[in-house]
Amino acid sequence: MDLLYKIFIDPPVQMGAAPDLLVQALWEGCVSGVLYALIALGFVLIFKASGVFNFAQGIMVVFAALTLVGLNGHGVPAFLALAITLGVMFVLALAVERVVLRPLVNQPEIILFMATFGLTYFLIGLGELIFGGEPKVMISDQLWLPGGAYRIEIFGGFVQLQKIDIAAAVIALLLVAALAVFFQRTRIGRALRAVADSHMAALSVGISLEQIWVIVWFAAGIVALATGIMWGARSNVSFALEIIALKALPVLILGGFTSIPGAIVGGVIIGVGEKLGEFYWGPLLGSGIESWLAYVIALVFLLFRPQGLFGERIIERV
Amino acid sequence: MRAPTGQEIAAGEILLSVDNISLSFGGVKAVSGVSLDIRKGEIRAIIGPNGAGKTTLLNIINGFYHPQQGRITFKGKSRSRMRPYEAARGGIARTFQNVALFKGMTALDNIMVGRTLKMHRGFVWQLLRFGPALAEEVAHRRVVEEIIDFLKLQQVRKIQVGKLPYGLQKRVELGRALAMEPELLLLDEPMAGMNLEEKEDMSRYILDVNDHFGTTIALIEHDMGVVMDLSDRVVVLDHGIKIADGAPSDIKNDQAVIAAYLGVAH
Repeated sequence: MDLLYKIFIDPPVQMGAAPDLLVQALWEGCVSGVLYALIALGFVLIFKASGVFNFAQGIMVVFAALTLVGLNGHGVPAFLALAITLGVMFVLALAVERVVLRPLVNQPEIILFMATFGLTYFLIGLGELIFGGEPKVMISDQLWLPGGAYRIEIFGGFVQLQKIDIAAAVIALLLVAALAVFFQRTRIGRALRAVADSHMAALSVGISLEQIWVIVWFAAGIVALATGIMWGARSNVSFALEIIALKALPVLILGGFTSIPGAIVGGVIIGVGEKLGEFYWGPLLGSGIESWLAYVIALVFLLFRPQGLFGERIIERV
Repeated sequence: MRAPTGQEIAAGEILLSVDNISLSFGGVKAVSGVSLDIRKGEIRAIIGPNGAGKTTLLNIINGFYHPQQGRITFKGKSRSRMRPYEAARGGIARTFQNVALFKGMTALDNIMVGRTLKMHRGFVWQLLRFGPALAEEVAHRRVVEEIIDFLKLQQVRKIQVGKLPYGLQKRVELGRALAMEPELLLLDEPMAGMNLEEKEDMSRYILDVNDHFGTTIALIEHDMGVVMDLSDRVVVLDHGIKIADGAPSDIKNDQAVIAAYLGVAH
C-alpha cells in the first residue's frame, strides 16, 4: 500500500503543492526535448533520403562544434569561423558521397550502416588529431548567444528560464519548420523522398542520386553544427557529446524514423517524461532514472505503434 | 497528331537503335548480338518467352545496364552505353515490370516527381517557396492534373499509392512516366496481372498516348492478342538472340517464333 501511495498519490500531490517546481520541470523537459529533437533531426534527414541509419551523426555534431571552436582558437573571428565550418561540413558531405556512398550503391542497407560506423571512428581520429582530445568551451558570447536567465514569479514561487535555452528552442523550431516545408513541398524535397522509396524509379525519372546524397548529408551537417553549438553552450565541447546522440534513438522510435515533425514531438515527449520521472518518481527508485526511462517509454510505444507517431505507414503486401 | 500508318513507319525516321548489343551476367548470356531500331511515332513490341532478355534490353536502353559490346544510337547520337540520367534528360521514360512507385507518397506526388527534370528554380527559392518557385510549382501542378484527368485517377490522387490496387498502381506509374513528356516510352509488361477490363483500359491509354502526344512506345508484353492489336512492328527474342522482326501479321506465321513458343517436334 505504501508503495502504491508513493507511485500514484504522492507525486500528483507534490505537483499540486509546489506548482512552480512543476512548471520548472516541464520547461526544462521541453528544452532538453527540443535539443534531443535536433539530434534526431539529423538522423531523420539521412534516413529519409537513403534509408540508412547514420551512426556518425553524433560524431558529426562533435566534429562541427570542434571545428568552430578550434578555428576561433586560432584567431579566426566567430562568424567567419561559422562560415568556414559550414564549408567544412559541405566538403565532408561531398567526400562521404564520393568515398563511402558511391562505391556502395545498391548494397544492402546493413552494409551502408556499417560504413557509417567506419566513418564515425575516422572522424573521431581526425578530430583528436587536429583539435586534441581535451574539452573546449563554446564561444557563445562571440556568436551573440544570450547568457544569464530570466526569473519569473509564478504561483508564489520562482521559475528560472535560461536565455540560452530559449534561443535553442527558437532555433530548433525554425530549423524544423524550414525542413518540413522543404521536404513536403519542393522539387528537391520530393526527389529526396523519391530516392528513399526506390532508387530504381528515382533514376528512371532523371533524379541524380549523387546530387541528392550530397544535399542531404550537407543538410545533416548543418543540423549537426546547430546541435553542436547548442549542446556545447550548455555543457562544453568534447567527445563525450557523441554519447548524447544515442538519446536520439528513443526519440526516433517515438516520432518515426521518417518524420520531421515527429522528431520534435518525440523529443519533447521524451524530454518532459525524463524530467518529470526524475523529479517525482526518481527518489523512489534511487537516482539514475534519467539514463533508462527514455528507452522504456520508447519500448512501450513500439508495442502499439511500430511506425512511430508520425512515421509513414508502408503497407507491404504478401 | 495522328498515329502513323504502316508505310509511314517503314519510311520513318529512326529514333533509337541498338547495334549488335551483348551483355552477359557471369556465364549467362542475357542478350547477345541483338540489333533493332525504334522509329519515330510507332508502337514497337518486344516479345519472347521468359528469360529471353526483353527486360535486360529495356534496362540497357535506359541506362541501368551497360552492355559489354555494341552501340546505342539515340536521336542521332551514338554511344557505347547510356546513363540513366542521360536517358531521362534525353526524353526516355519507363515503367517497371513489378511496379516501382514511391510507396510512401500520394498518387499526385508520385506523378509530380516525374516533373523533376522540367523544374529549374534554385535551391534557395525552393526553400523559401516564394515568388518564381511558387509560380513554377503551380504551373507544373496544372500539367500533372491534366495527366490525372487523362488517366482518370481523380478519385485516388490524394491516396498513398501503397494502398491502391495493383491495376491502379500501374496506371499511376504510367502517369509518372507521362509527366516527363517523353519522346520514347518504355513499358515493361504494362498489363501483367490485370484482368480483362483493366487490360482493355490500359490498351486504350497506350493507344491514346501514341495518338495524342505522338509518343513513340516500346513495350514488352506476353498477351499476344494485345501485342497483335497494339503494335506496328514486333521483335522476337529467344535466349538473348533476335529470331524475328517485322509486322505482327508476319510474326504470327513465322516458323522460328512458333518453335520458340511451342517447342519443335523431333
